[in-house]
Amino acid sequence: MDLDFTPEEQAFREEARRWLEAHVPAPGSLASLDTPEGFEEHRRWERTMYDDRWSVVNWPAALGGRDASIVEWLVFAEEYYRVQAPKRVSQNGIFLLAPTLFEHGTNEQKARYLPPMASADEIWCQGWSEPDAGSDLAGIRSRARRDAGGWVLDGQKTWCSRGAFAEWCFAIFRSDPEAERHRGLTYFLVPMDAPGVTVRPIPQLDGETGFAEVFFEGVRVPDDQVLGGVGEGWRVAMSTAGSERGLNLRSPARYTEAAGRLLDRYVGRLAEGGEAAEAATALADRVARAYVDAEAYRLHTYWTASAVAEGQAVGAEASCNKIFWSETDLAIHGLALALGGTGSELLEPGPDGGSRPGEWLDGYLFALAGPIYAGTNEIQRNVVAERLLGLPRG
Amino acid sequence: MRFAFTEQQLELRGAVRQVLASECTPADLRALHERPPEPAAGPALGRADPGRTSARWAVLAELGAPGLLAPEAHGGLGLDEVDLTGVLEEAGRVALPEPLGESAGLVVPALAGLLELPGAGADAGADPGKVARWLGAVAHGEAVATVGGVEVGRAGPVLTTAPLDPDAQLPDAVPCRTPRVVASDRADVALLVAPGAGGGLEVHLVEAAAARRLPTPSIDGPRRPGEWEWVPSPETRLASGGAAAVLVGSLVDRGALVAASQLLGLADRMIAMAAAYAVDRKQFGRPIGSFQAVKHLLADARVRLEFARPATYRAAESIARGRPGRAAHAAMAKALASDAADLAARVALQVHGAIGYTWECDLHLFMKHTWALSASWGDAVTQRARVLAEALAGRSG
Ligand SMILES: Cc1cc2nc3c(=O)[nH]c(=O)nc-3n(C[C@H](O)[C@H](O)[C@H](O)COP(=O)(O)OP(=O)(O)OC[C@H]3O[C@@H](n4cnc5c(N)ncnc54)[C@H](O)[C@@H]3O)c2cc1C
Repeated sequence: MDLDFTPEEQAFREEARRWLEAHVPAPGSLASLDTPEGFEEHRRWERTMYDDRWSVVNWPAALGGRDASIVEWLVFAEEYYRVQAPKRVSQNGIFLLAPTLFEHGTNEQKARYLPPMASADEIWCQGWSEPDAGSDLAGIRSRARRDAGGWVLDGQKTWCSRGAFAEWCFAIFRSDPEAERHRGLTYFLVPMDAPGVTVRPIPQLDGETGFAEVFFEGVRVPDDQVLGGVGEGWRVAMSTAGSERGLNLRSPARYTEAAGRLLDRYVGRLAEGGEAAEAATALADRVARAYVDAEAYRLHTYWTASAVAEGQAVGAEASCNKIFWSETDLAIHGLALALGGTGSELLEPGPDGGSRPGEWLDGYLFALAGPIYAGTNEIQRNVVAERLLGLPRG
Repeated sequence: MRFAFTEQQLELRGAVRQVLASECTPADLRALHERPPEPAAGPALGRADPGRTSARWAVLAELGAPGLLAPEAHGGLGLDEVDLTGVLEEAGRVALPEPLGESAGLVVPALAGLLELPGAGADAGADPGKVARWLGAVAHGEAVATVGGVEVGRAGPVLTTAPLDPDAQLPDAVPCRTPRVVASDRADVALLVAPGAGGGLEVHLVEAAAARRLPTPSIDGPRRPGEWEWVPSPETRLASGGAAAVLVGSLVDRGALVAASQLLGLADRMIAMAAAYAVDRKQFGRPIGSFQAVKHLLADARVRLEFARPATYRAAESIARGRPGRAAHAAMAKALASDAADLAARVALQVHGAIGYTWECDLHLFMKHTWALSASWGDAVTQRARVLAEALAGRSG
């Protein structure tokens, strides 16, 4: 066991830091990525990263990456969050679909889809949930019918993050209505501008169009846009879901960085004295706990990374992960707001300046979704109980 | 960066797990719970539990466990805290009543550390020959060692040794008492911290035969805490002044690690017991483990355990490497492990229902050890306060 970063890892960190410091836009300077302008601004930032091979560091060099190890990838994320760099508008593609493509895609599919994903020329959204199939994902009803030379898709997907602006969608459809419900599914790669695709943006509770409903009416896709085999959709989707809950989606740097800012805010309130300081003191143990949990998540991630680097598979432990990061995120942001007292509802800094509640409020709203998406935490608890503890289903 | 155990570390841990499964059964713990602690006198190993206790210690000694951290020159294995944390997790899994944590994790490194100091023990005039003798005896498993006189508070070590006569001034030749010395009746020797001259502190090595030991019964019966009445003297003194402060600082970090490691094992054991019970026990015509309320209780406990583990292993690595962050790392580990084990205990009891509330069910053997360890060496709230103080100092500095 050696928790020192190797000289190579250290050098990688320094190179990333130098590059980021020279290129990163000022925190908060891009428009929200859930607006048309913000989406394009974020796309340009991805392109800037891609041009210097920082957008997908852990991919092979031939595809625009740096062949970075999993630890280096985590190091990059730490540097990324350290400078509060923009949200990754390509995240559904690079963090969720890409690992699935690497695992299940044909060589032609990898060559076709990965490079424009890395450069953000093509941004992906995820089309899994349906109005009547959320937690019960295997209950989806959108249909894929065989047709000469390919497939015809019909149905409705919903809650597709970035769906309002994305170019492509990775989606699961029922290709065999007769089969057992997990076996009749197929995973498709669908262009959002295909004839028959209609997108209806859905404003989220912050008022922005963070996700969308997507309607499919007689949408034709060729066979080479099936990922991982006909009828294999569930298996392929579970590999994506493993990435979503496990190592990929939520870098620990997000939480350690926010926990650090939480401490700053706590100290700031203490320094104000009076009511603010008393309120802060009352929250001291909870603040400490949020900080400790963020650190525990970071350590757990490095622990998992070492196991993966040595060829072990991440199993249902990924479900523990998902519960933990989402709850830690909520705790950090909820406490930051609690430290703000009655002013925490304000979207902009109040006349007393300083604490920028709006920023924490955004973070809190974002954190509130964590226990819902990527499989709700209740579903994850079922998985932990059944798969890690051997409790009976039902 | 490689955050994983080596093959050898896993093997050692596996070997310890295997022997403890048969050497430390719930029936053994039950026997200790049911036998009242005796006032002990003289070399006590084996007295309280003739046979089983000595046999267990002998088996552990055969594996080298008590001397795991001792240099090979002193009869130890020359391994480090990363090896130790896994072994102590296994001790926790069986609620090992003997003070392996104290002997192997606290006394051995303290004595070995003293011998490495330039002019060993010169600070207090401790006899290096004597230190080496005890180190060898403890490392070989010939003597059982324990620790007392220091606990963990928000602001640092809390000294618990006090003169019998409240007006007397420590240090020398003033009879004093040290409360809550664990394994009081089986220890042959104790490392006792006492207040020193001028507000400082001192560390003494006190032979059991030279102390009057009174049992102070605990809910965790087999832990056998006791009060030691003893007389500090130049002969017992190991360190004073700066050397003693360093030693006590290290005890505080190591105590947290030792307790945290065992709490991980305890949590795992209690979750496993409850999960097994939830599969067996049927109500409404189905296993209670198929009810989601039961699943979610256990899943939450499993999640807290999952995230306490790497933090504890990191603390071990930090102490082994003497990293500057080790105090905060140990504090974090203890906070996480205490919470995880407390939750596991609470959940396991709830899942067992009334049977879990009985003396007959084994669960209480593990719950009680959890309560004791969770509260010792700084409970979760205390340790979090220490983490917060460190972190704030780090951010402003
Ligand atoms: C911000 C955000 C972004 C999203 N992005 C995407 C996306 O890009 N693509 C996509 O496909 N989907 C996306 N989703 C949808 C997400 O995957 C679903 O919301 C999720 O799977 C839950 O489904 P549901 O909303 O229909 O809730 P339901 O399944 O109706 O659940 C409602 C409540 O009932 C509980 N519940 C349901 N079944 C059980 C059970 N068996 N045991 C215990 N409790 C149960 C749930 O835990 C939850 O608390 C997103 C959601 C959000 C909030």
